[in-house]
Amino acid sequence: MTALVLRGVRPYGEDPVDLVIEGGVISAITRPGSAAGQVIDATGLVALPGLVDLHTHLREPGREDAETVETGSRAAALGGFTCVHAMANTDPVADTAGVVEQVWRLGQKAGLVDVRPVGAVTTGLLGEQMAELGAMAHSPAGVRVFSDDGKCVHDAVLMRRALEYVKAFGGVIAQHAQEPRLTENAQMNEGALSGVLGLTGWPAVAEEAIIARDVLLAEHVGSRLHVCHVSTAGSVEVIRWAKSRGIDVTAEVTPHHLILTEDLVAGYDPIYKVNPPLRTHDDVAALRMAVADGTIDAIATDHAPHPHEDKDCEWAAAAFGMLGLQTALSVAQHTLVDSGLLDWRGLADRMSVRPARIGGVQTQGQGLEPGAPAHVCVVDASTRWTVDPEAVASKSRNTPYASMELPGSVRHVIFGGVPTVIDGALA
Amino acid sequence: MKHLLSAGDLTRDDAVLILDTAAELATVTDRSVKKLPTLRGRTVVNLFFEDSTRTRISFEVAAKRLSADVINFAAKGSSVSKGESLKDTALTLEAIGADAVIIRHGASGAPHRLANAGWIGGSVINAGDGTHEHPTQALLDAYTLRRHLRGGRGDLAGVRVTIVGDVLHSRVARSNVLLLRTLGAHVTVVAPPTLLPLGIQTWPCDVSYDIDSALPDADAVMMLRVQGERMRAAYFPSANEYSRAYGLNSDRLHAMRPDSIVLHPGPMNRGMEISADVADSGRSVIVEQVANGVSVRMAVLYLLLGGNMKGQG
Repeated sequence: MTALVLRGVRPYGEDPVDLVIEGGVISAITRPGSAAGQVIDATGLVALPGLVDLHTHLREPGREDAETVETGSRAAALGGFTCVHAMANTDPVADTAGVVEQVWRLGQKAGLVDVRPVGAVTTGLLGEQMAELGAMAHSPAGVRVFSDDGKCVHDAVLMRRALEYVKAFGGVIAQHAQEPRLTENAQMNEGALSGVLGLTGWPAVAEEAIIARDVLLAEHVGSRLHVCHVSTAGSVEVIRWAKSRGIDVTAEVTPHHLILTEDLVAGYDPIYKVNPPLRTHDDVAALRMAVADGTIDAIATDHAPHPHEDKDCEWAAAAFGMLGLQTALSVAQHTLVDSGLLDWRGLADRMSVRPARIGGVQTQGQGLEPGAPAHVCVVDASTRWTVDPEAVASKSRNTPYASMELPGSVRHVIFGGVPTVIDGALA
Repeated sequence: MKHLLSAGDLTRDDAVLILDTAAELATVTDRSVKKLPTLRGRTVVNLFFEDSTRTRISFEVAAKRLSADVINFAAKGSSVSKGESLKDTALTLEAIGADAVIIRHGASGAPHRLANAGWIGGSVINAGDGTHEHPTQALLDAYTLRRHLRGGRGDLAGVRVTIVGDVLHSRVARSNVLLLRTLGAHVTVVAPPTLLPLGIQTWPCDVSYDIDSALPDADAVMMLRVQGERMRAAYFPSANEYSRAYGLNSDRLHAMRPDSIVLHPGPMNRGMEISADVADSGRSVIVEQVANGVSVRMAVLYLLLGGNMKGQG
């Protein structure tokens, strides 16, 4: 079998090399121009380990009009990902071994990325009865991340038990931190703007109070906690404090919370309706700093496809969520790398190494070393492109970045030694 | 100006022009034939997703006095929960050739979507959206204030208005604070802290928790409707406590200047935010507000649909 050679590529934006891939692993890293085989010219391009998303809504089963495992996998591959975690809020909910196994098999069939199903914490996401976490963990899907995402596990006893229970199989609870009573009918960040617009506020404290409770619970029972889509400066402070205390907590932030602010809501265009809501400039600044200093471990897309009719309506009637897979790396480059907060190695840590570790995915996030599984994302960091909703691979079009110019385009992606994307198109 | 979505979109001159136009059109009401031919052949749609008999009738009368064809489209009950309904309704109205759509909707910002989503080409008039705004109510209030306190001319420079009640959920309060400020009035809002929105300190008005300190200087007091359901949602302990602390009764009316006036956008909860004797007193202009509403809405329709005051007599 011929070797695949990424010629002249720059791992982490550093010195150019030939990156040689054989038998599904990175077999050698040699002087540029020295390796032979099936050559892909990647001169000057940046190589990163394949990106790992901890938070993806693939909508299948149940909402195949919005996305399928197949279409979501395409969007993921084109965005530089080699692994995504498929959220549990499908219909039926991924709260049994049967559903997670179905999603896992659909991922294998699509064959473009590792699709790792997330299991629901509670049956039907109802927050009442613990789902069969063990059965999901021991199914072929091998679930390690459990989340009621979209709903908060707000019952403190249930949260405590879940945190404890998953220790038996190395699982983690990924909490959607949203105090339900404080956010009834909430539409946008609560602040001066929500008051003016007459939209019910989603106060920062509703997120921060749950995170504070959960880190203390995790400490009390000696468990691992992951916090989904952190959106406020106050949440960052709580997590920083928890980590300084030695509490085993990790956290993610979405690309959109690193770049967009609540001001966009002023025109009532539901394309900007998302949960947690877009926050303030101060929150954005704090979140960027938190990714830079490692308080926030991972960038996770919260890719949330919705059909056109669920966004082409009045604000209150619209669905929460926005696309993210095909823009995540560009937004991260813009907000973190081009701004000087992180180098490419740092970004690879937050978008591949750490998310793989949090998700317990041993075959991903192993870096660009000889012997590592050949999951590689090759980016042209020097170009800029304009986001066109009609051109996305996702089945839905609800990107908030339409017409926005972003840096960095994914050129090639290697998944397990096999190219999934060549020259910016599916291979 | 094509649409009227927010009172904040009006400049002082825009607002004064609307009030002046309303004053002129009010004379039509005194004629035996209460009709002008101005909007003959134009189609105005009353698109009401919420029940509001008084606002709908006010717009309907206003449009008819200008000879417009009026279609009442009561969309309540036709699945507002499913988002398509607003868009599909809009497309329907566009297809039948609506020149103006007057919309009342429970969702804040619905008129903005109607005006800006590319669904329709006509003018959009916000007749109350969720807890956001109700600009024609603010205009009719300004008209009423101007008539009583400024001889029916110019703006409201120096007029002191106290607004009392559920500011948090009130579209009337939002529009009034914006418009009265634009017209030069000084506004104080009074409410228990639970019924004030976060960030109220950024609004162009003073804020107080104490009604009694905000009445003696006021030229006018505007009482907002307080819904009983707020009590169940723990915004205040009981109707009695609210009424005692924030209700306008005759004792409080006596503490006000003798020439000051009392407004209420209606419908009133007599005995809750306003006592019956105050509502029916000579200082109350609540019934007149309704009449002024017709004139102001005539003016808005007239100006938005391309009317021109010159040549009218």
